[in-house]
Amino acid sequence: MANAARMSPPMKFPAFTRLPDQAGIGLKSEHLRDLLGRPPAVGFLEVHAENYMGAGGAPHAFLGLLREQYPLSLHGVGLSIGAEGRLDSDHLDRLAGLMKRYEPQSFSEHLAWSTHDDTYLNDLLPIAYTGETLRRVADHIDEIQDRLGCTMLLENPSTYVAFAASDWSETDFLAEIVRRTGCGLLLDVNNVQVSCSNHGQNPVAYLDAFPVEAVGELHLAGYATERDTLGAPLLIDAHGTPVADDVWALYRHTLLRTGPRPTLIEWDNDVPPLTTLLEEAAKADAALDAEARRRNGATH
Amino acid sequence: MSGQREFAQALLRPETTAPDGLLTWNGSDASQRFAIYRNNVTVSLIDALVAAYPVVMQLVGETFFREMARIYVRLHPPCSRIMLTYGHRFPGFIESFAPASDLPYLADVARLERARRRAYHAADMPPLGPSAYAALDPEALGLLTVRLHPSTAILQSAFAIVSLWAAHQGLMAIEAVDPCRPEDALIVRPDLEVDVVRLAPGVAAFLASLEAGATVADAVANALRQSPEFDITTGLATLMASGVSAAFSAAGE
Amino acid sequence: MDRRAVSLALAASFTTALALTAAPALAQEAGREKCFGVSLKGQNDCAAGPGTTCAGTSKVDWQGNAWKLVPKGTCEKTASNGSPTGFGQLKEFREKRA
Repeated sequence: MANAARMSPPMKFPAFTRLPDQAGIGLKSEHLRDLLGRPPAVGFLEVHAENYMGAGGAPHAFLGLLREQYPLSLHGVGLSIGAEGRLDSDHLDRLAGLMKRYEPQSFSEHLAWSTHDDTYLNDLLPIAYTGETLRRVADHIDEIQDRLGCTMLLENPSTYVAFAASDWSETDFLAEIVRRTGCGLLLDVNNVQVSCSNHGQNPVAYLDAFPVEAVGELHLAGYATERDTLGAPLLIDAHGTPVADDVWALYRHTLLRTGPRPTLIEWDNDVPPLTTLLEEAAKADAALDAEARRRNGATH
Repeated sequence: MSGQREFAQALLRPETTAPDGLLTWNGSDASQRFAIYRNNVTVSLIDALVAAYPVVMQLVGETFFREMARIYVRLHPPCSRIMLTYGHRFPGFIESFAPASDLPYLADVARLERARRRAYHAADMPPLGPSAYAALDPEALGLLTVRLHPSTAILQSAFAIVSLWAAHQGLMAIEAVDPCRPEDALIVRPDLEVDVVRLAPGVAAFLASLEAGATVADAVANALRQSPEFDITTGLATLMASGVSAAFSAAGE
Repeated sequence: MDRRAVSLALAASFTTALALTAAPALAQEAGREKCFGVSLKGQNDCAAGPGTTCAGTSKVDWQGNAWKLVPKGTCEKTASNGSPTGFGQLKEFREKRA
């Protein structure tokens, strides 16, 4: 299997990202009728786990039907892996239930926090990168992988502020998490563009420092541009527009390092017609094909 | 250190400043950047209420709704990570929200929308239809207890909640609705579709008694006590054909 | 109505109710495919993460503004006859503001 070759970091669990190295799209309820009526050729579907934590009804009925036709990526937004507090074991149980029910080809979550005490803040909030947070995140990932019985992918965040307390770079922090837990990474290329721009860093240098051997999936999305108080661009990870040209360029650069990887087009606000998402997916597929051809050519 | 406590509190209180210890690469104002997170939290939660209460929003208009929702979000941030259930206290909040007091029906319309959403995500169960009842001995009917479908909600309102809701689904003209005519609603999802049914007089009391565990005969008696116009045939037809029955058993079994 | 009367009335109504409900096919017998369109109404995807650029949510003075809010939607079109609480108030209030 091609999958075996890419799993270079030591894995405590069997390789879990079994998504095809093709473009996939986020499953939006606006598109269900089109998807069920005339299923398009996309590599996989990705859903937010928390939208399927109701007991029954249409969401499960339709996801069940689509699951028969597409590989599935389960993407969590509520585990709050970076929280100072403990993981919510009820939430882990709900995730385990979804894993059992849908047997997705991949499970991913974010390097972020979203809960404090009993309050859920419904955003992906940034953490400082320190020895203490590293231990905490690694412990949480160990707990998740033990509970779910699989390798998870951890996603690099979009951030708008940095912490004075941080003494690790984000890429070193992620590499160390991978080393300690055996988890894989979900490299969100748009987040790289957003965060690097927001922190005055070079995104290509960020990618060159990224532990690409652990990457199991890539994300692409659109960002919005504002200005900070000094007039410098301030990028917002808005998921409401097509992927920007500079992110496409960064994506092609990423593929040079990672090789073809499952790539998701994310679009969560102002959701366009399905055809628009499919056009974005086709652009990603073209880049994936080009990279595969380049690699094949190089080996002959 | 309790960095996240301070961060979380500052997110939910717009009058507070950004937490200490934030950096920006170029020395620009960190509080502006912090405000992006505050904005994301507030707007995403307001959007969750917009999605949950579309008819309430149409009734009061988007500007009013979003301001009302903003106040709710600050008072009642979610305590669950599952946004499918966020806003379950919104109807009660609306009832006590003074700027909405000119629309006394608003809270009950919100209760109907809350019941619809709850039904939408309720556990699946094939309901009993008339054929399940047809096999019964008519003499035994009165002694039955009926377990209602897990998606069921029965609402009794002093306002025309079903008509107000239906007028926003293109099912009738809003001008034709007298909001102050009392209406009872049954919300149930026999399969995938959530049904909103305007109940005939007394049927809500009949179903509510069954839900509380009364036998069919006692539920009929209760309904007649509460509502002399209660028609037994209509009550039974609703019970058998609306999908509200999940299971029945003879009392004492 | 006493117990005996209720059970007699029940037995009679039961037959009529069965006849009334015999014809229409229930939703659950119709199969899933037919429901695709309608049953999607009411499903909403929420996602933590995607940011928004809507400005103004960090306003400090929301408490003060709340009391100046006026509903301005389809409620204005509802018939107001016979309202015990005076739907007329709404109009009056708006005119005062203007």
